Amino acid sequence: MSIDMAQFHQVFFEESFEGLDAMESGLLNLDLGDVNVEDINTIFRAAHSIKGGSGTFGFTAVSDFTHVMETLLDEMRDGRRKITQPAVDVLLGSVDCLRDMLQSIQNGSEVDQSDVAEHKLALDSELNNAVPNIPSAGKQTAKASTVLSADDVKQIAGWVIAFSPHLHLLKTGNEPVRMFRELASLGKLTTTADLQGVPNLYDLDPEECHLSWKLEVSGDIPETEIDEIFDWVEDDCDLAKQPIYKTSTSSTQADVSADIAIKPVTNSVAREISAEFTSTEESEANAVDRKNGKKEDAKAAPKGSSSIRVDTSKIDTLINMVGELVITQSMLSLLGEHFELNKLDQLKNGLSQLERHTRELQESVMNIRMLPISFVFSRFPRLAHDISSKLGKKIELKLVGENTEVDKTVVELLSDPLVHLVRNSLDHGIEMPDVRLAAGKPETGTVTLEAYHRGGNIVIEVTDDGKGLDKDKLRAKAIEKGLIDPDAILSDKQTYELIFMPGFSTAEKLTDISGRGVGMDVVRRNIQALGGNIEILSELGKGSTISIHLPLTLAILDGQSIAVGDETYILPLGSIIESLHVKEDRLNRVAGKGETFLLRGQYLPIIRMHQIFNVPTAKTTKLTEGLIVVVEGQGLRCGLFVDDLLGQQQVVIKSLEANYRRIEGVSGATILGDGSVALILDIPGLVRLSNQ
Amino acid sequence: MATILAVDDSASMRQMVAFTLKGAGYNVVEAVDGADALNKAKAQAFDCVVTDVNMPNKDGIELIRDLRALPNYKFTPMLMLTTEAGTDKKQQGKDAGATGWIVKPFNPDQLLKTIKKVMG
Amino acid sequence: MSEIIEHSITDQQDAKRLDTSLQFLSFTLGQEEYGVDILRVQEIRSWEPVSRIPNVPAYEKGVVNLRGAIVPIIDLRERFQLGHSDYSPLTVVVVLQARMADKTRIIGVVVDSVSDVVDVNKKSIQSAPNFGAKVSTEFINGLVSVNGRMVMLLDVDKLLKLDGLDGEDES
Repeated sequence: MSIDMAQFHQVFFEESFEGLDAMESGLLNLDLGDVNVEDINTIFRAAHSIKGGSGTFGFTAVSDFTHVMETLLDEMRDGRRKITQPAVDVLLGSVDCLRDMLQSIQNGSEVDQSDVAEHKLALDSELNNAVPNIPSAGKQTAKASTVLSADDVKQIAGWVIAFSPHLHLLKTGNEPVRMFRELASLGKLTTTADLQGVPNLYDLDPEECHLSWKLEVSGDIPETEIDEIFDWVEDDCDLAKQPIYKTSTSSTQADVSADIAIKPVTNSVAREISAEFTSTEESEANAVDRKNGKKEDAKAAPKGSSSIRVDTSKIDTLINMVGELVITQSMLSLLGEHFELNKLDQLKNGLSQLERHTRELQESVMNIRMLPISFVFSRFPRLAHDISSKLGKKIELKLVGENTEVDKTVVELLSDPLVHLVRNSLDHGIEMPDVRLAAGKPETGTVTLEAYHRGGNIVIEVTDDGKGLDKDKLRAKAIEKGLIDPDAILSDKQTYELIFMPGFSTAEKLTDISGRGVGMDVVRRNIQALGGNIEILSELGKGSTISIHLPLTLAILDGQSIAVGDETYILPLGSIIESLHVKEDRLNRVAGKGETFLLRGQYLPIIRMHQIFNVPTAKTTKLTEGLIVVVEGQGLRCGLFVDDLLGQQQVVIKSLEANYRRIEGVSGATILGDGSVALILDIPGLVRLSNQ
Repeated sequence: MATILAVDDSASMRQMVAFTLKGAGYNVVEAVDGADALNKAKAQAFDCVVTDVNMPNKDGIELIRDLRALPNYKFTPMLMLTTEAGTDKKQQGKDAGATGWIVKPFNPDQLLKTIKKVMG
Repeated sequence: MSEIIEHSITDQQDAKRLDTSLQFLSFTLGQEEYGVDILRVQEIRSWEPVSRIPNVPAYEKGVVNLRGAIVPIIDLRERFQLGHSDYSPLTVVVVLQARMADKTRIIGVVVDSVSDVVDVNKKSIQSAPNFGAKVSTEFINGLVSVNGRMVMLLDVDKLLKLDGLDGEDES
């Protein structure tokens, strides 16, 4: 039978990537001064698993590569090798290489052979380095075979075997009958039992083997096949075998020698680690870039299968809720069958139960897509480790709130922006150790990644105790780049947020740490695309904090309905600051600059909803007669002129673009209780519309 | 129909072993580590145990040792799956009471052949 | 009342269809008769109030909730500049599936009335000359004669594309 191994490949890849992650975090967390044996064991086991699996599923190159890692780790866990930082670094590099290899194989793309060879070389040289005693691989107890000699060209006609199991043989699960069966498959078998060893009944332990046998099997059987049959019980029996040659006549009566026939040594697994070395003629810089670029891609490539691991308890909760929903539904349907007005209360109860269960079900389902943010945070220890060693800085990375849960899509889309932000902190924020000391700071800089829930949002903060942002420099740079007028008045916050302007962050030297010049503007756009926003706080000399706010789930929104004429629109509740009736004396109309109103000392622009959305049925067009809803989006505040505020409700966000098109000023749509469709407003879009 | 307990912390290996054995008509129960396997073995009488050696929460050798201490597993065939062809893991396994071993990497046919050998 | 013609577009279905014949649903717009591939027709509904969408061409009347999906409704009469007619409960909306790249979009088109499902031999479809018709020949696949009447066969995918509704080049 041939089994198609390919069906197991996907699982193998997934578990191998997990294993590699475990290896990486294990290696990073090793305290070299006080190594925890269990930790190194875990790392070893991960490598061992990958080696075993890759061998079984035919990925020989992977298996060979991992074998060297495994050997190194095996010596470490046995205490035969001291665990040094260089060794850990070599292993970390190998983990990366292995990850790339597996990814290439999984994608069907080519494995980078030179990378593999390079790491293998590093592993080998580490292996050959300063190790007290390298035990010889495998037991090389060479023993002579009893009978084969140089002149043994004679054909074998059979074997005579004296087989005396030790008393405990049966307790190893080995059964002499099975061995006899195997022998019988090789040739004609005759067995003669020797009962000499059997004690009298009272002393007889039925679990012990007191029998021994003389076995004769005829046929041209190589010795190896006989040995194979008794391979497992080698130490649990006395075995003597003598070949019967075709020509000889009397050796069928060969004496059973008292010597134990010793099996010849098995081949120790000596694998050739062969590497195809493709010559790299690239310049050093290119090679570094290529390597970094490739690593970028490898890391940037969504590890996403679009599958998700879910805690079974979440599924159980879901099943329970569906169960309750079914009960409520059948109760209502029963009620409906013979409804009478006196059952009105029951109906109301039933309906409110239905509402409750539906809501709970909805929450449960949303919850399933929630993953702990540790999924995003997990890559940062490694990143910090690599960057700090590359730059010669001392950096400690703290992760807080790793269990904070967030929607799977958010996890996937948040990863890259966050990497960029952390890199920035590490590269530009934290100063070199000597600079820090001179400034009276501890030599080791701290970068903290923290995540927590607040309101309906998840907040993620990247804080560093580095040099902070220099407002004057930022301002000067922005003026230089023509992003602001030289005489523009900006608050501190607005100054810091200059960083987010497109075109701002083209660094003078593009270090490969901070990436390919992917600016902060892209980061902000990505976050806003998720419905969130990003802010910076900083203090020169002390450090900076970047906070990202994101909605907890992408599909549900707390909405405020507003009425403009006959139309109902939904405003994200989080975007609303307040609403008010504005008095004439607070209004200001400037020709060419539109209408504004005064709110606590600031003039905010007014956006006439009926105008930008062309609503002919608006109740009023007089600003003083309608309502101004003060909203904020993308850091901009404005007042929306509407007719009325209606209710608040949670709405399910539906895509307008799925079947239709993107509409400026609209972020999506929802279906109201009466079945009609309401548009969900997008503040920045409304601002753009009004500016046209 | 004979039931085999397949123990391995690697899901892909477990699946492959289970698939192979089921295809040959055996019933298979999977366990993810030694502790899981021991629990399952106490709850159900298996005709054979196939176990990986390196696992968290009780390795294969300790598992075999513990199983042998159970009254109805005294004579049950127990096979180790080991990649360490020449080291003393085999010896440790034997000392713990293992019946024999299958060397990784193995292909499904080798696995089946060995199981059939042991199960009859 | 709505009739639901359950179809889902797959390449396989297209391939399996007899190469010789074509089935289409014919409908009228004003004095003229048009046809759409029956496989593209998801259902036929009567007119319901739509929710208006701001700042779009007048012939895009708005969107409706179709069993949870947000579906745009396009008035083909106005699109083809045949003049607007008032909507009544007798006005018909043909819900179509338009396919582009790997996505299927659902749109509803308002027509005057629906006539028949017609079978024609592909060979009898003539290419559409540019005869200054009210409808741009860009989205007409061909002309066919049915019982003495000329039916213009619409290419639904192209119709959407030209309207910029295919989601491409969205600035």
